[in-house]
Amino acid sequence: MFDSLSGRLERLSTSLRSRARLSDADLEDALAEVRGALLEADVELSVVRAFLDAVRERVRGENVAQSLTPGQHVIKAVHDQLIDVLGGSTLKVTYSSKPPTVVLLAGLQGAGKTTTAAKLAAWFKQQGRQPYLVGTDLQRPAAVEQLRVLGHQVGVEVYSEATDPVTVARAGVAEATRLGRDVVIIDTAGRLAIDEALMAEVRAISATTSPHYTFLVIDAVTGQDAVHTARAFHDSLALSGIIVTKLDYDARGGAVLSARGVVGRPVVFASTGEKLGDFDLFHPDRMASRILGMGDILSLIEQAERTMDADAMADSAQRMMSGAFTLDDFMAQLNQIRKMGSLGGLMRLMPGMTKDMRDAAKNVDDGELNKIEAIIHSMTRRERREPQIIDGSRRARIARGSGSSVTAVNQLLKQFEMMKKTMKQMSTGGMPQLPGGMGRMAQMASRAAAQRGDAMPPGFEALASGMRSAAPAAGAGGGARGKKKKGGRVTPPKNR
Amino acid sequence: MIVWWIVLALLALALVVVWARSRRRRARVVPEPERAPMPEVLVPRVAPRPELDDGPGLDRRLASSRTIFDRVRSITSQGALTADQLEVVEEVLLRSDVGVATTAALLDQLRAQGAPDGVASAIRAALLASLSAERTVRTTADEGRVAVWLFVGVNGVGKTTTIGKLAWHETQAGKSVVLAAGDTFRAAASDQLQLWADRTGADIVRAGEGADPGSVVHDALGRAQARGADLVLADTAGRRVNNANLLDELAKIRRVADRSPGQVVETFLVLDATTGQNALSQAQEFLSAADVTGIVLTKLDGTARGGIVVAIERELGIPVKFVGVGERAKDLVAFEPTAFVDSLLSA
Repeated sequence: MFDSLSGRLERLSTSLRSRARLSDADLEDALAEVRGALLEADVELSVVRAFLDAVRERVRGENVAQSLTPGQHVIKAVHDQLIDVLGGSTLKVTYSSKPPTVVLLAGLQGAGKTTTAAKLAAWFKQQGRQPYLVGTDLQRPAAVEQLRVLGHQVGVEVYSEATDPVTVARAGVAEATRLGRDVVIIDTAGRLAIDEALMAEVRAISATTSPHYTFLVIDAVTGQDAVHTARAFHDSLALSGIIVTKLDYDARGGAVLSARGVVGRPVVFASTGEKLGDFDLFHPDRMASRILGMGDILSLIEQAERTMDADAMADSAQRMMSGAFTLDDFMAQLNQIRKMGSLGGLMRLMPGMTKDMRDAAKNVDDGELNKIEAIIHSMTRRERREPQIIDGSRRARIARGSGSSVTAVNQLLKQFEMMKKTMKQMSTGGMPQLPGGMGRMAQMASRAAAQRGDAMPPGFEALASGMRSAAPAAGAGGGARGKKKKGGRVTPPKNR
Repeated sequence: MIVWWIVLALLALALVVVWARSRRRRARVVPEPERAPMPEVLVPRVAPRPELDDGPGLDRRLASSRTIFDRVRSITSQGALTADQLEVVEEVLLRSDVGVATTAALLDQLRAQGAPDGVASAIRAALLASLSAERTVRTTADEGRVAVWLFVGVNGVGKTTTIGKLAWHETQAGKSVVLAAGDTFRAAASDQLQLWADRTGADIVRAGEGADPGSVVHDALGRAQARGADLVLADTAGRRVNNANLLDELAKIRRVADRSPGQVVETFLVLDATTGQNALSQAQEFLSAADVTGIVLTKLDGTARGGIVVAIERELGIPVKFVGVGERAKDLVAFEPTAFVDSLLSA
C-alpha cells in the first residue's frame, strides 16, 4: 500500500540530497514528482492541487533548519502536510445515553457494506456492547441472506423482513429496543449518489431512525470518483465519518485522502482483510507513517494484546532467551500469531520491511503455516526437542509424512537454527544479524514500549541499540527452491 | 512486557516469511504484448445488440454535464495547440481515471501530431485509436465441447450480477445456459446466483460454502454436456491480486474449466468503473493468471468514468466487451467506443 508514494519520496530525497540551495525551479521539479505520485495513488486532482499549494507554502514560509538539507526540507514539508490532511486523532465512539445507539451504513454497490456491518458488529461486541444488525438491502438478491450468515459467524442477531427498506429499518430499531440491545447497525442497499429515488430512500431511513452515526463505506481502490461519492452522500446524509474497506489491496489508498479532503469528516474505521477480525479503528497518524513506509507497530501491539495468550507467550519467550527454544515452542508461537489475523495483514503493519520481504509477505497465507505445521507434526517428540538428531533418513521420513519435500524440511530446520542463534545472541547482549527490516522493527518496538512505559527485559537493550548496524541478511537460506507439485488437488479456499 | 513477547513472535513470523519466500516459485509471467490472433470460428452474436446510448445513466450524464467538453470545444477554433488547451485536456483525462502515464502519452501524441481540426476532435481521435481492439464475443466452442465463459475479478465489482444479466441475454437469445456457482467463499453468493437462475430459467450447479470451486465448475460441465447446453457461465470468488496463492487457485479453476468437455472461450475480467489506478494491476495479474480475453466494465451509470480501461487496452491489449449502465438486466450492453469516449470527455 502506498508503495508508489513512499518510493517516489525516497527517490526524490536522493536526487535532492546533494543540493546546497533549493532554487524555485528545483522546488517545482520536486513538487511535480509529488504530484505524479499522488495522482498515481488516485488522490483526486483538486485535492492534489490543494496539497501542493500547502507544501509550497510550508517550504517557503518556514525557516530552513540548520540540520536539514534543502531536499530534506521539502520532504519534511510533504510529510507534515500528509499528516495534516489525514487528520489529527481517532474519532472516539460514544454511546447514546438512551440506547440503542443507531449506526447507519451507506455507500455504492460493492463497497463492502454488508461485510462491514458484520465486522462492525463484531467490533462493538468486543467493546462489550450488545449489537443488533438490521438488513434493509432488499434489492440485491440474497444480500439479507449474506448478512444472516455473517451475523451468525460473529454471533449477532439479524433483523429483516420482506417489506420495504424504511419499514424494516424502523421495525429493526424497535425490535432492538425491545430486546434491550444497545447498538443497532443498519445495512442499506448499495446506491449511486446520482440516483435520486434511492438517495431519497436512504434519507427516509435516516429520518425514521435518526442514527447517531452515519458512515459512508468506501472502497480503498476508488479512483477520482471518490470525491463525487463522498460529497453527494455527505450532502444527503450529513456523514459522521468514513469507513474505508479493502485497504489490504495494493491500493495506494488515495481515496482515503480524497474523501477526507473533500468531506472533512474523519476516517473512523478501516477494513484490512477478508477475515471478520481484520477491522479496526482508523488511526490517521499511523496511516501517515504507513504511507511513508514506517510501518505501524502500535496497531500490531494492540492487536497482539487483544488476541494473544500472554502467559503462553511469556513462557516461550523465557525459553527463547535461555536458548532452550524448541520446535514445540515455535509451534505454540505460530498459533498465537495465527490468532492475530492473516499473516499478510500483519506483515504490512511491520515497519522497516524491505521491498523483498513485503513482496514475500504478500504471498504468505495460512496455507504456508499449514505446511510448516505439517512438517513439525511429522517429527517425533524427541526430534522436536533436539532437531540436531534429524539425519538424512529422518528428513526423508518427515518429508514423506508431511507431504512436503526434503528441501522444505531442510529449509525449515535451517531457518529455525538461525532464529535460535539470533535469540541466544540477543540474550547474551550480542548484536544479532537480523534479516533486513527486522532490525528497524525492533527499534520501533522499543520506542513504542518506552512510550507506553513498558519495562525492557535484559538483552533487548542490546537488540534495540545494536539494530542500526544489523546487516541486511534477509536473503539467508534463499537458495533452494521447493518443487511445485503437479496435478495436485484444487485447494479449497478455506484458509484465506 | 507484552511488547517484548510480540517482538519474539514477530521474529518467528519473519522466519515464516523467509521460509515461504525461499520456497516460493517465482514464475511471474510477463504478459505478452502480442496476443494470439482470434480464431476463425468466431460467430457473430445472434441477439440484436442494444446501442450504448440506450443506457439511461449515460444519456442523463451526456445531457447534464457538458461543461469541460464545451470548454475544450470553445478553444478549438484558434488553430495551433496551446499550453492552456493541453492543460484542459490533461485535467479531463486525469479526472476520468485515465492515469498519469497514459495521459502523458496521449498528450505527447497530440503535441506530435498537432490538431488541425481543433484539440477536442484530436483527443477524441487519439482516444478512439487507443480503443481499436477487436471486440467480438465468442459464444461457441469447438465441435463436441461446451463453451465456457469464466468471470474473474476482485471483491465487490459485480461479478455475480454480471453473470445473472448475461445469463438473461443469452437465454433471451435462445441459448441454453448452465450457471456454475464457483464463488463458494462469500456468504450467500450461491443464493444470489440461484435467484438469477430462477429469474432467467438457466440451469445452475452449486455446492456448499467452502466447497472446491474447481469441482463446481467440473460438475457444471458434466451437467451441460448431459443436457446438451450451449454455454456455461462460471462464477469465481472475488480475490485480491497481491496474493499469488489466490491467483494460483484461479489458474487451477481455469484449467479445470478448459479440460474436455469444457472449453473456455472467454475469460471476462469484471471491473468496477469507480476503480482507480489499481485496475491496471488487477488487469495485469488476472491476465497472467487466467488469460483474460475481455473486460466487463460495471457501474458506468454513476459519476465514475472508468477511464482506466483506456490505459488497460493500450498497455495490455485487453478490450472492453460489455458495459453495465444500470440496474436492469438489459442495462448490460455491448461496449461502444464512440459513446464511451464522448462520455469520458464530457467530464
